[in-house]
Amino acid sequence: MADAITKKQASVARSKPKLAVWKFSSCDGCQLSLLDCEEELLAVAGAVEIANFPEASRTVVKGPYDLSLVEGSITTPHDAERIHQVRRVSKHLVTIGACATAGGIQALRNFKDVREFIAVVYATPSYIETLNKSTPIADHVFVDFELRGCPINKLQLVEVISAILNHRKPNVPRYSVCLECKRRATVCVMVAQGVPCLGPVTQAGCGALCPAYDRGCYACFGPKETPNTESLSTRWAQMGVSQTGLVRAFRGFNAYAEAFRKESEAHEGRLAGA
Amino acid sequence: MKTKTIKVDYLARVEGEGALFVKIKDNAVSEVKFRIFEPPRFFEAFLRGRHYSEAPDITARICGICPIAYQMSSVHAMEDAFGVTLNGGLRALRRLLYCGEWIESHVLHVYLLHAPDFLGYEDAIQMAKDHPAAVQRGLQLKKIGNDLVTLLGGREIHPINVRVGGFYKAPERAELEKLAEKLKWARDAALATIEWSATLDYPDFEQDYEFVALRHPEEYPFNEGRLVSNKGLDIAVRDYENHFVEEHMQHSNALHSLLRARGAYFVGPLARYNLNFDRLTPLAQEAALSAGLGRECRNPFKSIIVRSVETLYACEEALRLIAAYEKPASPAVSLHARAGIGYGCTEAPRGILYHRYRLDDRGMIHDAKIVPPTSQNQKTIESDLRRFVAGHLDLSHEQLTWQCEQAIRNYDPCISCATHFLKLEVVRE
Ligand code: SF4
Ligand code: SF4
Repeated sequence: MADAITKKQASVARSKPKLAVWKFSSCDGCQLSLLDCEEELLAVAGAVEIANFPEASRTVVKGPYDLSLVEGSITTPHDAERIHQVRRVSKHLVTIGACATAGGIQALRNFKDVREFIAVVYATPSYIETLNKSTPIADHVFVDFELRGCPINKLQLVEVISAILNHRKPNVPRYSVCLECKRRATVCVMVAQGVPCLGPVTQAGCGALCPAYDRGCYACFGPKETPNTESLSTRWAQMGVSQTGLVRAFRGFNAYAEAFRKESEAHEGRLAGA
Repeated sequence: MKTKTIKVDYLARVEGEGALFVKIKDNAVSEVKFRIFEPPRFFEAFLRGRHYSEAPDITARICGICPIAYQMSSVHAMEDAFGVTLNGGLRALRRLLYCGEWIESHVLHVYLLHAPDFLGYEDAIQMAKDHPAAVQRGLQLKKIGNDLVTLLGGREIHPINVRVGGFYKAPERAELEKLAEKLKWARDAALATIEWSATLDYPDFEQDYEFVALRHPEEYPFNEGRLVSNKGLDIAVRDYENHFVEEHMQHSNALHSLLRARGAYFVGPLARYNLNFDRLTPLAQEAALSAGLGRECRNPFKSIIVRSVETLYACEEALRLIAAYEKPASPAVSLHARAGIGYGCTEAPRGILYHRYRLDDRGMIHDAKIVPPTSQNQKTIESDLRRFVAGHLDLSHEQLTWQCEQAIRNYDPCISCATHFLKLEVVRE
């Protein structure tokens, strides 16, 4: 009898979708968002089987996995191989955060010579194995959905998990932070206070946090769909921001996202030309 | 010759990627390597050429678990370079923000990462099936820490409101008072956590460590103080590099930090507790003593109780700060960049976090040095493992492996910050 119950429970457990969380080069902040869902955590744990999530558990259940959440960017030859294994065992693969979707802050190396970086930080550079570039996951394998943010918004994460597991499209808008400012009735910091803000070219998702705290957006959610970076740069320049200032503004946590990369390179080119 | 290996490729319930390798030959431990294979992210290199005002946002991204610590060390270092000190309401808000991070981070570690070890569960979710009340209490308590960080910082991970010179926006008194109610509940929950953690089983394991922590004339240390130890160290933060040195080992992507004079040392809650017991609130002192901690504690497994005591302290301190809070006239002091070197060291939940920046007269960063707590504990973690394994060779392979992992988790290592993941391998010869 007792045996029968355990078996039954076991089969129920097995029928739950399997969730796996994988980490590449990152700060762990995006996966931590899941543990920061204090109110939803036990419910999520009840709805899925947490099959691989080393930050939270020693358990490793064998794949295949229904949903893999991938955090972090590819920066070593070993990781460049490991991501293919992850893809092979995953039915759906969702990348979370600026590291995984745009190479992250560590992609600042992509504009420099990485050997120089190694020499700055490490006494014995030959011990360090690293790639010249930090690249997003989608440069290596097919990705089903990309969730932006540094860090991601935990409510958007819960939405994406439930959408993917229920075979629907996640409701994650690609419009700009400006729209969230309007909705929140925050007065535009650029117009009213003359504070340079990247909100117009940045994807919504944070709820327009920075302007609500009297500062300009620094684009931690990466480029919105079809951003007009050039026109925003012109406006910033009118406000007195230098070419180097513009290069730095676009070289933040999403420096290697195409729209931002191109814009920063344009200003760098002008600097070199001048 | 008999050789045996215990191997854990991927240490769970720590932040970042790492491994442990222990080799046992003829019934003696012949080799221990705590290896961090988290790929390097080169923060110190790309901070060069950035403006000082960008440092708190950039360095926060070193670690998602304790971003405030990075923000606090960097803003203090920059202000040191500019010769500015924050007082009054702004200083209080920084302390309050640190209370939030300590609560959130300590509780995450106590309930979700460390307690499952003591009770024999793979994770807190499995533990919740048999101990639902404890896990619920932990989750709620953690949330209150996060609420505090969110109110002052805008969000719990990588807050956006911290700047050199203060904040972008200071909260209203009324907003803080709303949180005070929750913090009163949190204070009771923290007390219950201490009592609960004291009932866990602790291995007999005491060592003669050199503990290093900040010490402030009046307060339990967060952002300021001198660096002291139980073996005679007593220096200003700016002298850090005269006394501490970093070594680069082949087996690890994280640098090992050592005391030039004496080698390995120990930072974090246990160190703070031992060096600053007298600065705890009376309630926290009393709760610690009745939990059987003693005025001094040298058993790293008991760091879970110490974290609970510090959680109680942080709740009480937050309540005190809120009661005394007056909104500052301006959210930040005005600053004038000048060329120079700035030093900062604050008490991250896992221990001291040292930053040093050299700036030019436009406030551009010429070079940066960051020494996170996990680098500083790395040598001590290795020596703990060596001694722990030597004393427990009779344990089964599986038990020994688990306990080695636990010995590492005592330190709550944040490998993302030391550069970030852990891997365990024990060879028995
Ligand atoms: S995107 Fe940002 S928060 Fe997420 S892992 Fe990367 S650095 Fe951390
Ligand atoms: S930087 Fe922009 S996207 Fe990020 S939190 Fe601030 S407003 Fe939101």
